[in-house]
Amino acid sequence: MRRWRSLRLLAGAAVIVAAVAIAVLAPLIAPYGPLEQAPELNNRPPLWHDDSGELHVLGTDPLGRDLLSRTMYGARVSLLIGATAVVLAGTIGVVLGLLAGYIGGAVEVLIMRLVDTLLAIPFVLLAIVSVALFGQGLVGLILILGLTGWLGYARIVRGVVLSLKEMPYVEAARAVGAGPARLLRRHVLPGVWTPVIVVATQQVGAMMIAESSLTFLGIGIPPTIPSWGAMIADGRAYMTLAPWVAVFPGLALTITVLAVYFFGDGLRDVLDPRMRL
Amino acid sequence: MATYVVRRLLQAVVVLWGVSLIVFFLLRLAPSDPITLLLAETASPQQIAEAQHELGFDRPVYVQYLLFMERAIQGDLGRSLFYKEPALGVILRALPNTLFLGGIAFVLSVAVALPVGILSALRRDSVWDYLGVGLALIGQATPPYWLGIMLILVFSVNLRVLPTSGSFGPEYVVLPAVTLAAVLMPIVTRLVRSGMLEVLHEDYVRTARAKGLRERVVVGQHALRNMLIPLITVLGLQLSSLLGGAVIIEQVFAWPGVGRVAVNAISSRDYPIVQASILVVSGAFVLMNLLVDVLYAWLDPRIRVSG
Repeated sequence: MRRWRSLRLLAGAAVIVAAVAIAVLAPLIAPYGPLEQAPELNNRPPLWHDDSGELHVLGTDPLGRDLLSRTMYGARVSLLIGATAVVLAGTIGVVLGLLAGYIGGAVEVLIMRLVDTLLAIPFVLLAIVSVALFGQGLVGLILILGLTGWLGYARIVRGVVLSLKEMPYVEAARAVGAGPARLLRRHVLPGVWTPVIVVATQQVGAMMIAESSLTFLGIGIPPTIPSWGAMIADGRAYMTLAPWVAVFPGLALTITVLAVYFFGDGLRDVLDPRMRL
Repeated sequence: MATYVVRRLLQAVVVLWGVSLIVFFLLRLAPSDPITLLLAETASPQQIAEAQHELGFDRPVYVQYLLFMERAIQGDLGRSLFYKEPALGVILRALPNTLFLGGIAFVLSVAVALPVGILSALRRDSVWDYLGVGLALIGQATPPYWLGIMLILVFSVNLRVLPTSGSFGPEYVVLPAVTLAAVLMPIVTRLVRSGMLEVLHEDYVRTARAKGLRERVVVGQHALRNMLIPLITVLGLQLSSLLGGAVIIEQVFAWPGVGRVAVNAISSRDYPIVQASILVVSGAFVLMNLLVDVLYAWLDPRIRVSG
């Protein structure tokens, strides 16, 4: 049992490291440029050799671009947005959760009502409205995902702070004259980190899916940047002719997200066995 | 009970008011001006000013909001710039399709998740458990829109047994409903499994076993019932991910629901439609959660007192 758990953690970590390596090294290891078009060589099947004998391992897309190269480059957007959006969401959520839990009163009511309200709007619809506000683009998308993804952190952090506030050791620290800043930094924050890290790892996968969904809908990453969501959207129109165009980027995304979930679950078991399901 | 219901009702009103506030100001802050999209490029400044006046865009934002609220309370959410008819009507016409799709997906996912989750919990750390948890994880990691496309590839393109998209008969709902069910199924499976594991450790389950009751009675009568009550509330909260998933999946299968109308409206900058769709969907979500909470309080008297 324990072996299976650590195996899951390791397998997840290995796939994540591989995905990051591919994303970073894409310009060096991709056989073709991600935007290199060859309209006369479009929709060729996987393992296809072109006239000059060059191999296209995953075939080509409707514009004749090499699918393997595009899938490698697509990892960049996915991982970059997954990671940065989670950091942004986590930071907002932790700060607001700390404020709500520690200060209480009207601040707490205001923040928690905001959480309730945002929870009532389905995330995709909220993101769609925000696209109207921030426009389409990499930075805009990170902002949208970050600004809509913090709710869970705020709830958890507030809960932890409320329970920690009553702990004898925190009261003792306050009794010997520790100020609010010191109390938060030395006594409350350390208790907050574990659940936050666990939620954050699991949210990376959800953010990657959210980004690709919005891109698929045509309101995420602009089509000039190779991304898995846009590639799947490209392939959708050619389902009968060239199904591989939609299949491979989707597989890449699913495998990466699965690895993140494996890693997150494994991390949770290691960091906080009480949260184990 | 009455006090509890009234308090929950007030909370629901506050949440809906908050939704209206957020949606209204987000859309007013948007840099792109819907007026210029409405009129021909040759429109004179005077025509633009007239149109702005007609739509109330020349007044201060808070006045616009108050006017918007006054009309919204009377059921008027503005006219669609694209359909040239009341936005609320357009949304309410699409809503039954979304609720139908969501309802079928909900029943389907619970029907699968309940037995799988219970089996996983009862046979903890067995092959069944790993299979159940593993499938749930894979389900959670698969982007719903991609799963939809893959189902189209298998069942419509290759096997030719189901239609690809649209809504022209009962067979058209199968693929979108299965795809949407796959969004909720992993979450519910995990919830059922952890809920079941929790109640199986309760004293009353041990007592039931000690009394010599058969395992079927212990699980079916004592454990399951106690697990189902908290599950109802969590399921209510998950309706949001169900509705959110529907927005994307409707687009994949050209299903004529609210999500499809809303996504199309954003590309044509039809803000009254976007506004109305969010208010209606959030309203539906808040209402369903209100019903769930009232049902919960009715089933479990402890909530009425302490909640």
